[in-house]
Amino acid sequence: MTAALGSTRRDKIDELAARAGQVPAGGGGVSLARSAFRRLRRDPVAIIGAVIVVAFLLVAALAPWLAPRDPLEQALLSEVRQGSIPGSREGFPLGVDQLGRDVLSRLIYGSRQSLLIGVVSTVLGAVAGMALGVLAGAFGGWVDTVVMRFVDILLSIPGLLMAISISVLLGQNQYALMIAIAVTQVPVFARLLRGSMLSQRDSDYALAAKALGVKRSRIVLGHVLPNSLSPVIVQATLSLATAIIEAAALSFLGLGDPDISRPEWGAMLSSAQAVLSFAPMLAVYPALCIIVVALGFTLLGESLREALDPKFRR
Amino acid sequence: MTTEPTSPASGPLLQVQGLQVHFPIRRGLFVDRTVGHVRAVDGVDLSIDRGTTYGLVGESGCGKSTLGRAILRLTEPTAGKVLFDGTDVASLKPEPMRHMRRRMQMVFQDPLGSLDPRQDVESLLAEPLHAHGLGGDKPAIARRLRELLDAVGLPEAALRRYPHEFSGGQRQRIGIARAITVEPDLLIADEPVSALDVSVQAQVLNLLEELQERLGLTYLVIAHDLAVVRHISDVVGVMYLGSLVEQAPADALYEAPLHPYTRALMSAVPVPDPVLEDSRERILLSGDLPSPANPPSGCRFHTRCPWRQETRCDDEVPVLRELAPLHLVSCHWAEDIRDGRLLPKSADEVAAIQGVSVGPTGADQPVDSMIGGVDEPVEFR
Amino acid sequence: MNGSTAFSAAPRHAASTTPVLEVEDLSVRFTRRGEAGTQAVDGVSFSVAPGETIGLVGESGCGKSVTSLAVMGLLPKRGVQVAGSVRLDGQELLGAGDRALRKLRGADMAMVFQDPLSSLNPTVTIGVQVTEVLKEHRGMSGKEATEEAADLLDRVGIPDPRRRLGEYPHQLSGGMRQRALIAMALACSPRLLIADEPTTALDVTIQAQILELLRELVQGSGTALVMITHDLGVVAGLCDRVHVMYAGRIIETADRGDLFARPRHPYTGGLLASVPRLDTTRGTPLTPIRGSARDAIPWAQGCAFAPRCDSGRDDCLTEVAGSTVPLESDGAGRELRCRHPLTVPPVAGSPTTPGADR
Repeated sequence: MTAALGSTRRDKIDELAARAGQVPAGGGGVSLARSAFRRLRRDPVAIIGAVIVVAFLLVAALAPWLAPRDPLEQALLSEVRQGSIPGSREGFPLGVDQLGRDVLSRLIYGSRQSLLIGVVSTVLGAVAGMALGVLAGAFGGWVDTVVMRFVDILLSIPGLLMAISISVLLGQNQYALMIAIAVTQVPVFARLLRGSMLSQRDSDYALAAKALGVKRSRIVLGHVLPNSLSPVIVQATLSLATAIIEAAALSFLGLGDPDISRPEWGAMLSSAQAVLSFAPMLAVYPALCIIVVALGFTLLGESLREALDPKFRR
Repeated sequence: MTTEPTSPASGPLLQVQGLQVHFPIRRGLFVDRTVGHVRAVDGVDLSIDRGTTYGLVGESGCGKSTLGRAILRLTEPTAGKVLFDGTDVASLKPEPMRHMRRRMQMVFQDPLGSLDPRQDVESLLAEPLHAHGLGGDKPAIARRLRELLDAVGLPEAALRRYPHEFSGGQRQRIGIARAITVEPDLLIADEPVSALDVSVQAQVLNLLEELQERLGLTYLVIAHDLAVVRHISDVVGVMYLGSLVEQAPADALYEAPLHPYTRALMSAVPVPDPVLEDSRERILLSGDLPSPANPPSGCRFHTRCPWRQETRCDDEVPVLRELAPLHLVSCHWAEDIRDGRLLPKSADEVAAIQGVSVGPTGADQPVDSMIGGVDEPVEFR
Repeated sequence: MNGSTAFSAAPRHAASTTPVLEVEDLSVRFTRRGEAGTQAVDGVSFSVAPGETIGLVGESGCGKSVTSLAVMGLLPKRGVQVAGSVRLDGQELLGAGDRALRKLRGADMAMVFQDPLSSLNPTVTIGVQVTEVLKEHRGMSGKEATEEAADLLDRVGIPDPRRRLGEYPHQLSGGMRQRALIAMALACSPRLLIADEPTTALDVTIQAQILELLRELVQGSGTALVMITHDLGVVAGLCDRVHVMYAGRIIETADRGDLFARPRHPYTGGLLASVPRLDTTRGTPLTPIRGSARDAIPWAQGCAFAPRCDSGRDDCLTEVAGSTVPLESDGAGRELRCRHPLTVPPVAGSPTTPGADR
């Protein structure tokens, strides 16, 4: 080996050596949120969940264009007999209900109402619950005790009873339904955020911030709260599924939106009950929709939980 | 940077007097009743001179970390004084205390846990400056951050990165940079290297020493590793069950430990030298650390001490006394042990007396040394 | 003193006796969904004779623990590829069925883990956990097993063993838990004991007790002990032969006396020079190894340690030398994977074995 070659080669190992102990080269750092998103994107379960959720959202948004007919039009009412309802046929791929309305169109329009109730009630419940949770988690002491006892009281009232009372108070309309479901979600979020904040408050980084002389309010709101949110985000996703199921259940029990101009899966299920013996598919279709959309949110929530788990952080 | 004129007062920077930290043990179904106290720190006095390093060693549960946190009021002391540059920190109101924190900082054991995972390095390092209204305008802060990274040996590119993207040693460098951002006088390092890989520990120890020299810092280093403490400390204090049992200049302590616990501790530390390992005298202690909720009477070490003498050790609490210049020890029999007038019992015998057993004992120990009376010191090689 | 002489008289070289455990060219590769695989262990070979203690030394991520799990057959099936050969008393373990392995584990080979609390079932008493092993592997009746369990606890130095049998893991101190685990490991007098950082979670005075216990066991029963640790001090006091690992490969093998007196690999030397020692005075400078284990390059590209190595030359890289760095014999009883080994010991200390230089 020539000296010249040797010297250039010598640079090679020196270059390697110079890199030891350095931070990896290349652009900006990868924040936790971004690395969680990267993991999520590679997770097939998350992708399936996301595809389901996005598909339903699209259907809801594009309902007027997707639905083959008007969901209220009683097109085949004349053919409905006692004990027999026309099945699938040209122009009515899933048949009609006992009032002769196109089932597919009703399902498509129904997704709007079901998703709307799910999202609004979950957002309401999460916001209210988180407010209580922050209060308890940030102050602790007697504030914590008072807030948590209040939450316990909420929790001790059966959801159905609560929904009925709220309907009585606010009148039977879709807003009452949303609020009723939201109220049942409040304790979950309050407890979750409080617990998460209490454990984060004991963490080393909160202690380190205190040792550095960072103000208490900044420690709680700037460090503890943001780091406590991941279980809440996961819970919100999972709660969406529950809220949709709950909305359906309440509609099924006749506590839902009385406005028949807005089709809704729960209400469809409820009315299908009367004809279950000879037209079971009328119950199966809305039930399937509820199950699949709830599954989508659950899959998404579960994989989100995994992606946000610090154990998988790399 | 602002350099507050430190009071010209000479003498120690930190003086801890009679510091106690007792954690209540609460029980009860509806109303919590206090049924006892864990005496994590039970009356500690120590003082640290400016620009020096005080090393605090002891095993887990001895209260050394609690002591460090109590000095910084991260844990509230139950009683006692913490005089920092003449001010009693232990009695400061919250806001003055917060301002005082600029001058006393901490380096944590777990470098990842002590950094908020959502902050990048830039925001981590700038936070203490903002908290104390230091650093001036944006360019000044940016300049300061570059200085800090340079001081701890990290490249500027680190600013945009997040804690989880660094190696353990690099994270600890960030932790140290953060602590010195506000130019403190005192740095308390709680197990600064024990979470790091062996090959990286030396980097961090060297960095701490270099910073001390450059910035004139005063250190309180808390560690369970005696070799680390000896390496870095001027004065070493040994804690057992909430109290200091011995304190001396580092070399003096390691050359001639006077307290039985210190001797046992030092003989138990493995040394990476097979020749030495084979020839060392080992003092095996019997049993475990007693509960700090219910510490033994008299000398707290008497339940495990190979030199225990009835009944003085059981009844009378030994005080910390100066046996040699600057060499403090709290043992009734330190002189007799030092001069070989008292000889240790084997761990088995101590165990037998205390009603606990320790199982197999040292290779250095004659098989049937169980002769002789209970109170009589038995020859132990 | 007599104890340690007896200790050094124990079989030093496996050649004379048949080894209990032979590991040959063991490789473990982890493959994770959507990610490039990681070679955790890369062609590791070693053997242990009865009554011998070998040390696998290295820092976190060097593959020492994965090696031990692979030997015990405790690695998960999914996402892990294991290759090579692991023989216990001549019987091949890799590829052996779950049932065969389960029979061997506990009976012929046992393992002690770093964290005694999480290795014990928190909801079951110590007694049940120990007797379970005895019933399973030694076919004892309930009463016999209880007798034997109390005896085992006594042997590992747990005071008042009968009372302890009725206690739960959380009621025991860390040292006692580790003793209980060792008692369980010893229940069937295994021929091979693997201890994975058994004292790392313990205090030094308790560590001294546990090390003493292990030393005694090896001497008394002829059990072969594989000690996995990062602590060079523990190795110096306990192991006959030492294998230093870095980035999944063994880089240096020697008897402990030789290794500490005359480390040949720059990594071994660097480790020794970078740990503060109890017997050096205040301010004795430490010479750290630069960078961290993250800076390792793949072995295929050259010596993994090269980026951190002060003796590194260009021929440490495969593209210059044309071949990867092999593990070669380096004098009597030593093996070394380095092209530019240390010649002068970096730490003070006289070489105990002269010569052996190539």
